[in-house]
Amino acid sequence: MPAVSKGDGMRGLAVFISDIRNCKSKEAEIKRINKELANIRSKFKGDKALDGYSKKKYVCKLLFIFLLGHDIDFGHMEAVNLLSSNKYTEKQIGYLFISVLVNSNSDLIRLINNGIKNDLASRNPTFMNLALHCIANVGSREMAEAFASEIPRVLVARDTMDSVKQSAALCLLRLNRTSPDLVPMGEWTARVVHLLNDQHLGVVTAATSLITTLAQKNPDDFKTSVSLAVARLSRIVTSASIDLQDYTYYFVAAPWLSVKLLRLLQCYPPPEDAALRSRLTECLETILNKAQEPPKSKKVQHSNAKNAVLFEAIALIIHHDSEPTLLVRACNQLGQFLQHRETNLRYLALESMCTLASSEFSHEAVKTHMETVINALKTERDVSVRQRAVDLLYAMCDRSNAKQIVAEMLSYLETADYSIREEIVLKVAILAEKYAVDYTWYVDTILNLIRIAGDYVSEEVWYRVIQIVINRDDVQGYAAKTVFEALQAPACHENLVKVGGYILGEFGNLIAGDSRSSPLVQFNLLHSKFHLCSVPTRALLLSAYIKFINLFPEVKATIQDVLRSDSQLRNADVELQQRAVEYLRLSCIASTDILATVLEEMPPFPERESSILAKLKKKKGPGKLPDMDDSRRSVNGSTDSTHSFTDVLNLNSAPSSGANLLIDVFSESSAPPAATDVSEENFPRFVCKNNGVIYENQLLQIGLKSEYRQNLGRMYVFYGNKTSTQFLSFSSSVSSSDLNVHSKAVDPVIEGGAQMQQILNIECVSDFSDAPVLNIQFRYGGALQNIAVKLPVMLNKFFQPTEMMSQDFFQRWKQLGAPQQEVQKIFKAKHPMDTEVAKAKVKRHKSLCRDSVSQRLCELLSEQF
Amino acid sequence: MPFLCLFFMLLFSRQGKLRLQKWYVPLSDKEKKKITRELVQTVLARKPKMCSFLEWRDLKIVYKRYASLYFCCAIEDQDNELITLEIIHRYVELLDKYFGSVCELDIIFNFEKAYFILDEFLLGGEAQETSKKNVLKAIEQADLLQEVRYSPR
Repeated sequence: MPAVSKGDGMRGLAVFISDIRNCKSKEAEIKRINKELANIRSKFKGDKALDGYSKKKYVCKLLFIFLLGHDIDFGHMEAVNLLSSNKYTEKQIGYLFISVLVNSNSDLIRLINNGIKNDLASRNPTFMNLALHCIANVGSREMAEAFASEIPRVLVARDTMDSVKQSAALCLLRLNRTSPDLVPMGEWTARVVHLLNDQHLGVVTAATSLITTLAQKNPDDFKTSVSLAVARLSRIVTSASIDLQDYTYYFVAAPWLSVKLLRLLQCYPPPEDAALRSRLTECLETILNKAQEPPKSKKVQHSNAKNAVLFEAIALIIHHDSEPTLLVRACNQLGQFLQHRETNLRYLALESMCTLASSEFSHEAVKTHMETVINALKTERDVSVRQRAVDLLYAMCDRSNAKQIVAEMLSYLETADYSIREEIVLKVAILAEKYAVDYTWYVDTILNLIRIAGDYVSEEVWYRVIQIVINRDDVQGYAAKTVFEALQAPACHENLVKVGGYILGEFGNLIAGDSRSSPLVQFNLLHSKFHLCSVPTRALLLSAYIKFINLFPEVKATIQDVLRSDSQLRNADVELQQRAVEYLRLSCIASTDILATVLEEMPPFPERESSILAKLKKKKGPGKLPDMDDSRRSVNGSTDSTHSFTDVLNLNSAPSSGANLLIDVFSESSAPPAATDVSEENFPRFVCKNNGVIYENQLLQIGLKSEYRQNLGRMYVFYGNKTSTQFLSFSSSVSSSDLNVHSKAVDPVIEGGAQMQQILNIECVSDFSDAPVLNIQFRYGGALQNIAVKLPVMLNKFFQPTEMMSQDFFQRWKQLGAPQQEVQKIFKAKHPMDTEVAKAKVKRHKSLCRDSVSQRLCELLSEQF
Repeated sequence: MPFLCLFFMLLFSRQGKLRLQKWYVPLSDKEKKKITRELVQTVLARKPKMCSFLEWRDLKIVYKRYASLYFCCAIEDQDNELITLEIIHRYVELLDKYFGSVCELDIIFNFEKAYFILDEFLLGGEAQETSKKNVLKAIEQADLLQEVRYSPR
């Protein structure tokens, strides 16, 4: 029985909706919609002015049609009219329409903003709320410009009604998210903090959300909220359930507010004040205790609400990472959940424990649950839960359990979902390399990876195994033998052929003594796979063949025959043909010595950060939803562009805890940053120029552009990422003993291949001799980089010419008679000076001089030569 | 710490018909349609015993089925999943109280009311009023402001 609308029930609308539902086909629906659109269009254009009710009805119909998925390109004017109406229901529909069908026509925007302004000023709380809801729903930059400074006032005004305060707080929160630069900090911030003490819990809830967001931008401004939040949380957690009345949810006291307060506290480190810290600890213990009490209700809502608070409390404990007892208790609680009946709780426990695993206080406690987690991997029906189990195993892996965990992950890989295979492969490769004591185990693991999930073994993985084998003498023989055996399998993955081809090419000689793996056998084995392989693999195999010719003269003729064959020499692919031709020729004309030199064993690779980790972070880390309006950063990396969805979701600005976890797993292997030398090799070049490259290494290029006026200077520093991987946690600071240098904060992330700009404002207050130093830190591929560069700010930059009459000049010159005022330095020129050239230069300079004094000086100079 | 709030809420039937869409982030219509299409497919493919959360792109999706309607919320990966489940439940409670034993048809024929109720409860993706009584009071007050209609058409 279709429910008739409550209140004024627009019957025409209900009839229309019924009609649509009764349409038997998509075509019928479209036909009915078009008929209605034509009707509405004519009504809107008609001579008769429509009454408010009809307008409302038609606008509502348009909205319905739009929400069905059809495009609507008219009705905005009528909607704007509605929202300026004095009748609440008309206003409501008007606002709803323009919040859903956002229009960027500037005239319309002006009219809308006008309507909102009037409603905000109306002192009617219901109207004010409508206006605030609209701003919060649309949150456009134009609205932010119009209202961002007004709303804080509404929020903290004493006579504002509670419901309006709530709307204002969240409205401001939305504006701060989309246009943070337009929300001014001011004395209202202190009053917002005070709202945490409000009697009305709804106001407190909204204020907490607002403060949490603002505190991320300006943590110092909201520091005082910590003690208020702890006090409030404490009162809630210890209250009897009847105390909070409306805010008790299924016998849980104010769960939403508790969660929000706990989240606010995660914006700050543990409180320094001992009394406050202990009060908070008590609070957290109470929450943990409650989890052990028998439930007050069987309803799932009760346990969800209770556990929501519990999980958030655990998140705070993990964030603080300072109370070992709490951490261990949290771990035990999660351990209990690991075996809970409810899938949701098992999922959440696995997820939460991942973060616990990286804390030094709880790492061991987490490891005790390894068997349970392995069991989850094997038995859980939901793939999301299995994935969490994989993540947890990866996080808890260390030297003591690496072998077991890798084995479990490999066996899981055999049946894993295709969508997650690549990630598991990367993780196994990373673990195997990190915890290998015996590198034969590492080689076995990688070859297993290729066997089980060859398609998902990316280049980085098999490059790495080759690098390692090349660098480690002790495993080369084993690698050759294992690869040889693996290749015997009737159907082996192409990646195995690549690895095998390379390794046998380099180290086949180590197993050539055994008749079962004699040179000819090896060659035949490789060549049997040749025709099954793609072009890049064949190219690799050809290189292996020429290496064989060098290693094993006895098979030279056989291989040459192969190279000589038409299918090689006349191969359609240029690379293959070239290799075949050149290798053949090389094998014919080169003497054994030359051949041996050309095809000498590969030298060890330089030790470098594993690219596998970078690849994993790219996969796991903040990705982007496709087809989003990508506000592309300009070349100089300025982020003034209006915030699109990608910016809102731009987790790039703060590394997600997932990415941090991976960095932490490796942190013990990266050496603490050594004291860096200050680079000043390019420094002298900047004495006479203001622009250029001041520093460059393999990863980073730093360029400068500066301008000076009187005692002020401005320097544009350009950081260029020369690699294809992101720089994370990028920070730069300037240290100077004598100058005042102000720098604007920089983005912590520089994308691969991108450039970022930083502006430094320099003020010279007195003479100085030491140049300021630019200190840069960032993470590349997991390793922390530290660079210090001397900035070419010299005293002469602040010199300004001044005009004076020659008599004044000589008067002053004569005054500089005291011994310490005269300095003469004789130095050898680095490069020979051609006297004639120098003379000409000076003479040319003289002709440029306008006054007699300079001309006389030039004459004197030129006579010296 | 990244933003923690709802990114969007979708209500859809078991046949995949969208009954309500509330977006808390700016997106183009094309993007919204794409997300809706893909997410609806993904959620409808879930089996009953699976957990209520799933990772989708970089987001976490929290969903629950009430009778013939799926309620689907997208939150940040690190956001609190259980409290989001209860946001869904609270919204259902509000609808239920307002319509008196709510069913899908109520939401179809009174879609604008569903949006109004949602706005009183959530704003900018965050819970603004978590007392059921207060939310219902606000909605009732608004209803009282409705004038009597004078020309049925």
